Amino acid sequence: MIAGVSASAIGSWFSEASHWHGADGIPHRLAQHVEICAISMVIAAAIALPPGLVLGHLRKGGVLAQNLANLGRAIPSLAILIIAVPFLGIGAHPAELALVALAVPPLLTNTYVGMASVDDDVREAARGMGMSAAQMVWRVELPLAAPLLMAGLRTATFNVIATATLAAEIASGGLGQFISTGLEVNDSVEIVCGAILVVALALAAEATLAVVQHAVVAAPLRQQRRARQAPDPPEEPSNATVLEPA
Amino acid sequence: MLLASQPWVQWSWVRTHLHVIRHEVWQHLLLTLLAVGIGLLITFPLALLARAWRPLEGPLIALTGTLYAVPSLALFAVLVPFTGFTTTSAEIGLVGYTLLILLRNMLAGLDAVPDDVRDAALGMGFGRWRMFTRVELPLALPALFAGIRIATVTTIGLVTVTVFIGEGGLGAMLFQGFQNTFRTQEVVGAVLVVALAVAADVVLVGVQRVLTPWARGRA
Repeated sequence: MIAGVSASAIGSWFSEASHWHGADGIPHRLAQHVEICAISMVIAAAIALPPGLVLGHLRKGGVLAQNLANLGRAIPSLAILIIAVPFLGIGAHPAELALVALAVPPLLTNTYVGMASVDDDVREAARGMGMSAAQMVWRVELPLAAPLLMAGLRTATFNVIATATLAAEIASGGLGQFISTGLEVNDSVEIVCGAILVVALALAAEATLAVVQHAVVAAPLRQQRRARQAPDPPEEPSNATVLEPA
Repeated sequence: MLLASQPWVQWSWVRTHLHVIRHEVWQHLLLTLLAVGIGLLITFPLALLARAWRPLEGPLIALTGTLYAVPSLALFAVLVPFTGFTTTSAEIGLVGYTLLILLRNMLAGLDAVPDDVRDAALGMGFGRWRMFTRVELPLALPALFAGIRIATVTTIGLVTVTVFIGEGGLGAMLFQGFQNTFRTQEVVGAVLVVALAVAADVVLVGVQRVLTPWARGRA
């Protein structure tokens, strides 16, 4: 391959002992990366899920949910990251803010759409059985919305892990540090290896969440996982489950 | 001056740097147009191929989907050893991200043509070419435009990341502001990126309305 990025160069990068120890080592940066992403996802879920569940149950605010998804697509994470620095300082906090902003739209939109698209007959039946609103949400709507909700969670997690790479540019560590260092010193092997690590982490998270989804989604609904790959509906670019490159 | 104590926008800077701002907006727009344009040129024949021979669809979606999943900074950075700190590197990455969006929407559009309509056109003696240009393509336009809109807005956001390989358009202004701790540059860059995305979306909706007059009442 051009510029000396051969498989053997990648292999020797990964087998070099110094890359596995200390603050610049893979384990430490991996832990930083995971920590930033996990904190961001927890905060984003705390922000997005309650209004998504309530609005979806009430079937109000659909326009808001859709527009939020479109707006989220338009605001670059890099801009949030940079503008937040003077307020939150150099470090993990601006990164977390940018990642929360990235994760909230798919979580909120998918939660809303999942809840709002529960069949009217089913809701009618639940009401007829004397369920309270809370019972209906927890025992009927939420289980039925689970596939879409999980799809939103997977999209958000994937995007957050990928975008956390940018966080390295404002010195908050993580796996992106390998890529930014590589760019600085023109070390293409380090760039490629950093990219491999990020993609591997994203795929591992995706696989983990697929298992979680299998566990939390009721068996008859599992086929709906395919809805994740469903094409965008015509007319409106507001597909709740669309993936975004981060 | 400390960033936190700076005004959000120092208008005197904006007034004296209008030509710089205009240049970056133009760069940003150019990078976006080129990416979506090339993306369309690549996906259009691919979509037709996938409809002519269906087994092709799975691998095509898988391939473009994998490309779509690579973190943008990583993709741009990985391209540098091959194509350098150039517009080419930026465009390869940007085009790569448009492929899945455009392809999926084109296929959805072609699939949305009702069989009845095809039958009617056949019954009226339409040949393959006329069927495609007069019936299938117009009916696929709304979905196609949905794809172009998502791809354009997404690309406008992604262009900012290409600053790390020496491009960036408004992203360059944003990052320069960060390096110079000059907030006006950051804010002008960020606001214009979002404004550009919104404006592009509005323009595309307008174009779509002109091209699909029959759908206006429904929207």
